Amino acid sequence: MTNFSYTVLIPLIPIFVFLFIGLTGHKMKPLVSGIIGTTGLAISFILSYFTAYQYFFNTEKINGAYQKILAVNITWLQFTDKLHVDMGVLLDPISVMMLVVVTTVSFMVHIYSIGYMKGERGYHRFFAFLSLFSFSMLGLVLATNIFQMYIFWELVGVSSFLLIGFYYEKPSAVAASKKAFIVTRFADLGFLIGILILSFNTGTFDFINLTTVGGPAMATGAGASFLGLSVMTWSLIFVFMGGAGKSAMFPLHIWLPDAMEGPTPVSALIHAATMVVAGVYLVARLFPVYALSAPDGLTVVAYVGSFSSLFAAVIACTQMDIKRVLAYSTMSQIGYMMVGVGVSRYGGEAGLGFMASMFHLFTHAMFKALLFLGAGSIIHAVHSNVMNEMGGLRKYLPITHITFLIACLTIAGIPFLSAFFSKDEILSAAFEHNRLIFFVQLFVAGLTAFYMFRLYFRVFWNKEPHYHHTPHEAPLTMTIPLIFLAIASIFAGYIPFGQFVSSDSIPFHSEIDWLHVAIPSIIVGLLGITLAFVMYKKESNLPDKMANSLKLLYVGAFNKFYFDELYLFVTKKIIFNYISRPVAWFDRHIVDGSMNGIAWITNAASIKIKGFQSGQLQQYAFVFVLGSLLLGILFSYFFIYLF
Amino acid sequence: MDILSLFVIIPVLTVLAIIISRNAKNTRVISAIGMGIQLLMAAYLIFAYFAQRNAGNNAEMLFQVDYVWFASLNIHYAVGVDGISVAMIALTSVVVFAGIFASWQVEFLPKEFFISLILLSSGVFGFFISLDLFTMFLFYEVAVLPMYLLIGIWGSGPREYAAMKLTLMLMGGSALLLVGLLGIYTNSAPNGGVLTFNILEISKVSIPIAAQRMFFPMTFIGFGILGALFPFHTWSPDGHASAPTAVSMLHAGVLMKLGGYGAFRVAMFLLPQAAHELSWIFIILTSISVVYGAFGAIVQKDLKYINAYSSVSHCGLVLFAVLMMNKTAMDGAILQMISHGLMTALFFALIGMIYGRTHTRMINEMGGLMKVMPFLGVCYVIAGLASLGLPGLSGFVAEMTIFVGAFQHVDIFHRVVTITAVSSIVITAVYILRVVGALLFGPITNDHFLHLDEAKWFEKLSTVTLILAIAGIGLAPLWLSNMIGDSLAPIISRLTLFIP
Amino acid sequence: MNTGIPLEYFLVMATLMFFAGVYGFITRKNLITILMSVELMLNAVNIMLLAFNRYLYPNQLEGHFFALFVIAVAASEAAVAIAIIINIYRSFHSIDVEKTDEMKY
Repeated sequence: MTNFSYTVLIPLIPIFVFLFIGLTGHKMKPLVSGIIGTTGLAISFILSYFTAYQYFFNTEKINGAYQKILAVNITWLQFTDKLHVDMGVLLDPISVMMLVVVTTVSFMVHIYSIGYMKGERGYHRFFAFLSLFSFSMLGLVLATNIFQMYIFWELVGVSSFLLIGFYYEKPSAVAASKKAFIVTRFADLGFLIGILILSFNTGTFDFINLTTVGGPAMATGAGASFLGLSVMTWSLIFVFMGGAGKSAMFPLHIWLPDAMEGPTPVSALIHAATMVVAGVYLVARLFPVYALSAPDGLTVVAYVGSFSSLFAAVIACTQMDIKRVLAYSTMSQIGYMMVGVGVSRYGGEAGLGFMASMFHLFTHAMFKALLFLGAGSIIHAVHSNVMNEMGGLRKYLPITHITFLIACLTIAGIPFLSAFFSKDEILSAAFEHNRLIFFVQLFVAGLTAFYMFRLYFRVFWNKEPHYHHTPHEAPLTMTIPLIFLAIASIFAGYIPFGQFVSSDSIPFHSEIDWLHVAIPSIIVGLLGITLAFVMYKKESNLPDKMANSLKLLYVGAFNKFYFDELYLFVTKKIIFNYISRPVAWFDRHIVDGSMNGIAWITNAASIKIKGFQSGQLQQYAFVFVLGSLLLGILFSYFFIYLF
Repeated sequence: MDILSLFVIIPVLTVLAIIISRNAKNTRVISAIGMGIQLLMAAYLIFAYFAQRNAGNNAEMLFQVDYVWFASLNIHYAVGVDGISVAMIALTSVVVFAGIFASWQVEFLPKEFFISLILLSSGVFGFFISLDLFTMFLFYEVAVLPMYLLIGIWGSGPREYAAMKLTLMLMGGSALLLVGLLGIYTNSAPNGGVLTFNILEISKVSIPIAAQRMFFPMTFIGFGILGALFPFHTWSPDGHASAPTAVSMLHAGVLMKLGGYGAFRVAMFLLPQAAHELSWIFIILTSISVVYGAFGAIVQKDLKYINAYSSVSHCGLVLFAVLMMNKTAMDGAILQMISHGLMTALFFALIGMIYGRTHTRMINEMGGLMKVMPFLGVCYVIAGLASLGLPGLSGFVAEMTIFVGAFQHVDIFHRVVTITAVSSIVITAVYILRVVGALLFGPITNDHFLHLDEAKWFEKLSTVTLILAIAGIGLAPLWLSNMIGDSLAPIISRLTLFIP
Repeated sequence: MNTGIPLEYFLVMATLMFFAGVYGFITRKNLITILMSVELMLNAVNIMLLAFNRYLYPNQLEGHFFALFVIAVAASEAAVAIAIIINIYRSFHSIDVEKTDEMKY
């Protein structure tokens, strides 16, 4: 068997780069830190592709299935005899696939950032954080056990926090970073509780033990039940809560749009291509457990995903900030992936959804990173995020325009571009297993095409506003990643994904169902594009008319269905004013008050009795005489009584 | 001279040297040297401990020394350490060392300040090495009393009030504790024979259950007051807020740990039956502490109050874990003590340094400090992340060990309280991020802040020492966790013996 | 053996005298008078000592010795007391006992 122990370098190089830049960065020239960061990631990138090649082509399959390989595993912390946290590298089809995705996008983003971040304060800080993020994300992907995953899960959360709050002098960025961290932290609470229940019932954290079909872990966990669902189901629903938080699924999605306060390359890397799909990855990682021990949990995943994708797509149609449109689009696409795993079954053809979901994750990473980087290029050119201040940009930004168009066509599901394949496979899987979800997703596909082309036409066509200075194309470091990702977006769909990734690791061949799935999806996609073309190609009053006729829906969607307000109400009003303040008051006045009360009573008592010490000699004498008389009487009384 | 007694003697010698020193500079240098030696000795002790264990020495306590001190009452000066005490000694020496550098700039009566500080630390060291309940109590008092002077003389704000409150509440705890200890002493020979204060000897007998029921709450609450057990925690916010930097560091970092350490080494270990019977009451109290402290911290405006409430929450977790009475949870309790000691010391050191520059501790008066003092800002963020349990820093290891351990109980009561305690991680994130956001990020709110200077070398030394310790434990926790876990074996086996 | 005045007469008289002293000690405000009341009490005790000695143990002299001893103590005490009173007068400009309450609380 091939020795894969070198794979440990893939995450380790970025962390050393982080430490190096973090500690010495302020002494070096900005560009040097950028180059060091990019070089570090380039090595990881090459190693990842090498690993993928070795794993898929040079490693023997057993019974026709790709093996799970524990390349490195070191005990990091021992809880009990059975429960121990290891740090290591687990290679299996999905982790290798993720390795490729993460390093590719991260590498592209590094190159892009060299140009994009030029002249920013904290250039080296930016690259240090990017490396930290890459380390955490790679660690998460390669985790050998659920606890290692949780550890890196938290680390990606904190890297995301640091990067969203990169412009730390901007209050909105600080607020957004706080919000992202706290919301995902809340979700992680669910994840942690899920881990606790899961590990207690199965007696292991280890992914291989957990996911061995018919293995001891699955058997021990199946027994007990609570409130009608098995304990296993409960624990997996809790685990999914963590995944939903990180993947911005409804109702834990509110942090993602605000996270766009971070620099655009960060949005591309973290909030589009890699970190936000961690939730999907988590479900995929535990897929055998979900599918075999807790199918109800999987149903929850499917419905949450489907609703989120619809919800986000509707909001995306109304937003004016291009990055926010993309953020909602991300949420919607992740909803697709969740639907994919949610409707899937275990093994063979029935596992089409699982494969399709991973496939979509892969293609989505490429085209969504492309969209974000393209948006970054637009923002770089016009210094604004808002669509109203854009228009007619195709003349000024030719490369960005072409690559952006490719990405839009891809996400709209136009045939023979990558997302066409992946999305239609998800739809096929949904068609097989859950018709309701299928129709919702089909509708969302139309919406997706509409809002993406709305964005495209508003930015690149439509009326040109008055620019302060002529927009110009981005430098080479920024356009090269765009071109690379555009090529990837076009051709990634031709990878025979079923040959590499499947629910049971046994390669299978998948066919697109043209009649029921592909044709309808192409039709709705084209409908969406046409609608957007009519409404936004030229300036017209059609959009306003449309908004007026659907006023309630439009206002609701424009205000993101008031979820921010709801959360603000819960956190500010309820937690802050109705829990924390009373607690603080109670502590000051009741608990501390009773302590001070004891002191007060002591003091008051001493004031009362201090009058005895009046300094009046004759008073003392009087008391003395009385006392001695009393003693005398008592003494004589007892003397007589006793004898 | 045996190595353990040196831990008490070197501080005393340092104090003597300070008395004859001529000026403030000498005083500082002497203190730093003395505590530096202490730090090196602690490092040596860890190696010596492992050397002994690897050589196959399986005694419950290593490096034991025993002198008769007061024959008629069978009081001994008996010292010895296991992995837990070694870990606590290491913690203390790190915090004291950092504390000396954090108080480098004490202007007012520096000599007396350092004398009190080091005297206090000698009490703490003595407490951790004692095997005799009487000397343990003696050292406990030595550790608590200088606090009154330190807060009352060098404190800020309503310092007399705070000092008085702290001392009186802790003395109240001591009174309960003394009764409890004497109760254990008088029942230490149920089968006849000589009464003893020696922990190891008492741990071999089983004290009559009636006596256990009476003295367990006394000892537990007595130690619990020092460990900020709800509702006896209110000395902590006022005390910490008024105390000078190094004293807050030592107090929250080390002194509060005497409570947790005592609670499990005396109350749980010597009175196991009552511990099983009565633990539910204290489990409820401690889980209230955990959540209540965290909620209390959310609305505070003073940095020190925030940390004091945060300490209530974190120390509540220590006692919570101690009461869970299984190896993993107790292991986590000790880890949490160490972790909390380090990070809260770091917090208080940083708050002291920030206060020294901005002359305010109110978070609504600050903002954007990251720009003017990046070093301190980064350190504060690290401390915050450690406090909210970021993996790779010590807090995570400790909390996770506690949660996994506590969740090993099968009954619904233990699980529900565990989940309650787990939920504190979110609330912690809320108040930590609130502080970090308000203090360091955003625009600079006050022009006066533009002229603030960065950390000086001694401040950097102080914070870096603590950060290294925090990150060291966070990155490679296995050796520490195993060292503690091995030493827990006798306690666990005695506790399991008495499961009802 | 003694057929004169019975012992009880002495005792009653001495007791009355003693309590007259006590009453004076407690009620009079002038320090000199208080001193005189103390003398009254001491002398009451002296009378008792002599009376008991004479009536109960006529062949012994302890009672007389004690009485003489008390007289000596009383004399020296009066000297010290008057010195104190003079000092009190110097600092308070009064020998009213109610005004010398500096040593309270």
